[in-house]
Amino acid sequence: MFKTLILILMGGVLINNYVLQQFLGICPFLGVSKKVNQAVGMGVAVTFVMLFATAATYPIYAYILEPNGLSFLQTIVFILVIATLVQFVEIVLKKFIPSLFKALGVYLPLITTNCAVLGVTLNNITDGYNFLESMVSSLGVGLGFLLAMVLFAGVRSRIEMCPAPKAFKGLPTTLIAASIVAMSFYGFSGVIEGLLG
Amino acid sequence: MEKILIPVLISFAIATVCGVILTVSSKLFAVKEDEKFVKIRDCLPGANCGACGYSGCDGYAKALSEGKTDVTNLCVPGGDGAAKEIAAVLGVEAEEVVKKVAYIACNGNCDAAPRKYEYHGQMSCRTANMSYNGDKHCTFACLGYGDCANICPQNAISIENGVANVDPRKCIGCGMCARVCPNHVIHLIKDTSRVAVLCSNHDKGAVTRKACTNGCIGCGKCQKTCSHDAIHVEHNLAVIDYEKCIGCGDCASACPVHCIVEKCFRTDN
Repeated sequence: MFKTLILILMGGVLINNYVLQQFLGICPFLGVSKKVNQAVGMGVAVTFVMLFATAATYPIYAYILEPNGLSFLQTIVFILVIATLVQFVEIVLKKFIPSLFKALGVYLPLITTNCAVLGVTLNNITDGYNFLESMVSSLGVGLGFLLAMVLFAGVRSRIEMCPAPKAFKGLPTTLIAASIVAMSFYGFSGVIEGLLG
Repeated sequence: MEKILIPVLISFAIATVCGVILTVSSKLFAVKEDEKFVKIRDCLPGANCGACGYSGCDGYAKALSEGKTDVTNLCVPGGDGAAKEIAAVLGVEAEEVVKKVAYIACNGNCDAAPRKYEYHGQMSCRTANMSYNGDKHCTFACLGYGDCANICPQNAISIENGVANVDPRKCIGCGMCARVCPNHVIHLIKDTSRVAVLCSNHDKGAVTRKACTNGCIGCGKCQKTCSHDAIHVEHNLAVIDYEKCIGCGDCASACPVHCIVEKCFRTDN
């Protein structure tokens, strides 16, 4: 049991990294990775929302949609629930923890339309996880997102200083760098199973 | 019929619950924001450039709304429009904004200022300045690696022939370039100014001359020519007193090294 949870967690962080292996959430990955501290803010916010989103959507699926044979409604219902949830979290944070609200700033509303959040809730159901496994998986995926953001922000801040050819300046270099970082993550496939299995 | 009705009803029910939760929570957890702050914040352009001396537009709006400052004309990018709107919100008399524009006090281009070594490090003035005060012989010079051009929010600065150049029509006078320049060769002046000294070198004439053919040698001809006592040589460098300068351009024509130039700094047109 414990081993499965560790496997799911590490799998989310390293092997099935949502940004680098499954290409979900590319928009904030390219948009908010210019500076390391911004990347950390975005990564933490996404992890936070992913956990909440899973906690909210899993019961809805298990107790409302599935018993009525309406699992085909999951995508549209999840979008609705996640959007509401993010708004709700924003209102509550603004009232009770203004400092955290200020720190997360523009990232919270940005996450409303982040496909990585929707992706993790849908994939948890496709993979047949129970509630605990779903939560661990969301945590893993969130941490993986954070890791990818921070790593890439570091790479990017170094690249910005380099004299690239004019045609490659800006986004082209960023995309090439992203592909190389993604390739480096292929090295992890099999490592975790090998260590624990 | 049932096949369609049940999914529709369930989606509708979930949406209603979500809507009710949001409405209730927004009423329940409503945070009172200072009305004045919001209104003032709306007047400001949101460039967060820091020209006002606060941490950004929010910082300035906060200081104004809390009465920590009553100076309404600090926002340079916003100009007269923003100052008038803020004054209207606060109910005070509007003060005129002095439009400012950045200029580079150095003309040590590739032809005039030879390099003392080949620099192959990071393309940044700050880094270049760390090795022997930059690769130009003159240690007061614009190094031309474009830190100012990179930070400029309006893309008003370009590097031409090894020296930065500001386009006054694009410049909003925020002064970010002046703060980032390691040699402090960028200054903000009123956009009504018509003459500028394009040199920052405080070395003696002979030393300056060796380092750069466009540098001010501190000969004092401008000082003697000026009929309004507006230009003085201080520490081997001509400095214009813009309070007294009328922009006649006599100093510019008298300068033997042509480091004083007549130029239009108007931000409009």
